[in-house]
Amino acid sequence: MNDRDLVVLGVGMHPWGKWGRDFTEYGMVAARAALKDAGIEWKDVQYVAGADTIRNGYPGFIAGATFAQKLGWTGARVSSSYAACASGSQSLQAARASILAGFCDVAMVIGADTTPKGFFAPVGGGDRKNDPDWLRFHLLGATNPVYFALFARRRMDLYGATAEDFAQVKVKNSLHGLNNPNARFRKESAVEDVLNSPVVSDPLRLLDICATSDGAAAMIVTSRAYAERHLGSLKGVPRIKAVSTSTPTYPQTILEMPDFATDSSAVVMPPVRGFKDSICWDAYEEAGVGPEDLSMAEVYDLSTALELDWYEHLGLCAPGEAEGLLRSGATALGGRIPVNPSGGLACFGEAIPAQAIAQVCELVWQLRGQAHGRQIENAQLGITANQGLFGHGSSVIVGI
Amino acid sequence: MCGTYVFPPRDGACPNPACDSDELLPTPLSRFGNVWSYAENRYAPPLPYRASDPFEPYALVAVQLEAEGIIVLGQAPKGILAVDLKVGMRMQLETDVLYNEDGIDYMVYVWAPAVQPSEVGGA
Repeated sequence: MNDRDLVVLGVGMHPWGKWGRDFTEYGMVAARAALKDAGIEWKDVQYVAGADTIRNGYPGFIAGATFAQKLGWTGARVSSSYAACASGSQSLQAARASILAGFCDVAMVIGADTTPKGFFAPVGGGDRKNDPDWLRFHLLGATNPVYFALFARRRMDLYGATAEDFAQVKVKNSLHGLNNPNARFRKESAVEDVLNSPVVSDPLRLLDICATSDGAAAMIVTSRAYAERHLGSLKGVPRIKAVSTSTPTYPQTILEMPDFATDSSAVVMPPVRGFKDSICWDAYEEAGVGPEDLSMAEVYDLSTALELDWYEHLGLCAPGEAEGLLRSGATALGGRIPVNPSGGLACFGEAIPAQAIAQVCELVWQLRGQAHGRQIENAQLGITANQGLFGHGSSVIVGI
Repeated sequence: MCGTYVFPPRDGACPNPACDSDELLPTPLSRFGNVWSYAENRYAPPLPYRASDPFEPYALVAVQLEAEGIIVLGQAPKGILAVDLKVGMRMQLETDVLYNEDGIDYMVYVWAPAVQPSEVGGA
């Protein structure tokens, strides 16, 4: 075990759904589940790293304090992180830094959300002509699915991907999530179901695009010394081996939300590794592993086609070969490198501050052999990949 | 001053980390470029977009400007849809009405298929 590894003592979730209740209710269920799973009490937690929701007002912006108060003030230190879809990893990194610096031994990482119906839109009113997130809606009507569609279309025009290929990602993930008790959508999808669903942002259809969900996830992470005292042996106990929270290197030459223009490559050459590649490879380098060592990956399938992009950023295959990898069955349960064994966002929908934590929870259950109905045989090492708006990378490697 | 480009126009520091200039000068960008990718909205986007009622689907096009090395996302003119576009296609800059309020037309730049595909980009 590496000195910088963090032990994951417990994980827990509130199932994903759409109820419109107070987000802290969901968070409390996840927090208590993680504490129970860890076999510790709330008073043992010395640090609460909250992942922020910006859609639930003041308590959402101060998630660390909100959950510490809700669980009952104990004097635990808190932090609150906002990194859009990557908020959960930023929180994990805050907890990890505090533990590795020796400021604490036991931390809770937690995120919960309640989401509105329909398209996400800029938060807050008023004209904000210097805010690219406001401008992209006002000038262009560039919703999130528009960006997903731009990436999907490039796969079609450059690599010959088809609507059927994209649908097959949904079919695969719907089978993976069928028995996952925390998934919101537990229904088998056929290719025809996807192809018969309405086009939202051409070429993507409703069933290609992830829903927005309510949900919560939490985990208890500790120092190695604490875990050894608590458990005796760390054999078979999942450990965090890397947390990559990379940001882009100038010039960022791929069009990413919420920007509607890229940086310029006129004066400075683009980096050899683009942003999304660097998110994954920074994690590999920190853990001292490569794609060939993986048992599984949990990637951010905001759309079916984006899952295919992640295969390439993760180095599971070369650019342009993701459709072939999918068709070979390698990324399905039982294949060489199952992707989204949880069912992914296709089965969960997105509960933004909880989602990157939920990805890690799935790796933990798989590594412990507790992923009932979707278990990968002999899982040893897994990676998560995700990207938050405004240049937030997120990739976590967990192994036993 | 390093000579890099920035769009949309903004105040403040140059985005190039190797450049310490706080001065960004207005400069014309190429009016031609090639399609990087495109999409077509089939549902009305939420506010602050002012969607037409009834809503008409429209295309969005990301166009790569060679000389500047940037990609700029814009709407396509009314009537140009995804089926009319292809990655790599030559496009030219035009303007169109974004919305009308109190009798005033609010204009926006749009990317239209280039009339003279051979024309070299540049302002």
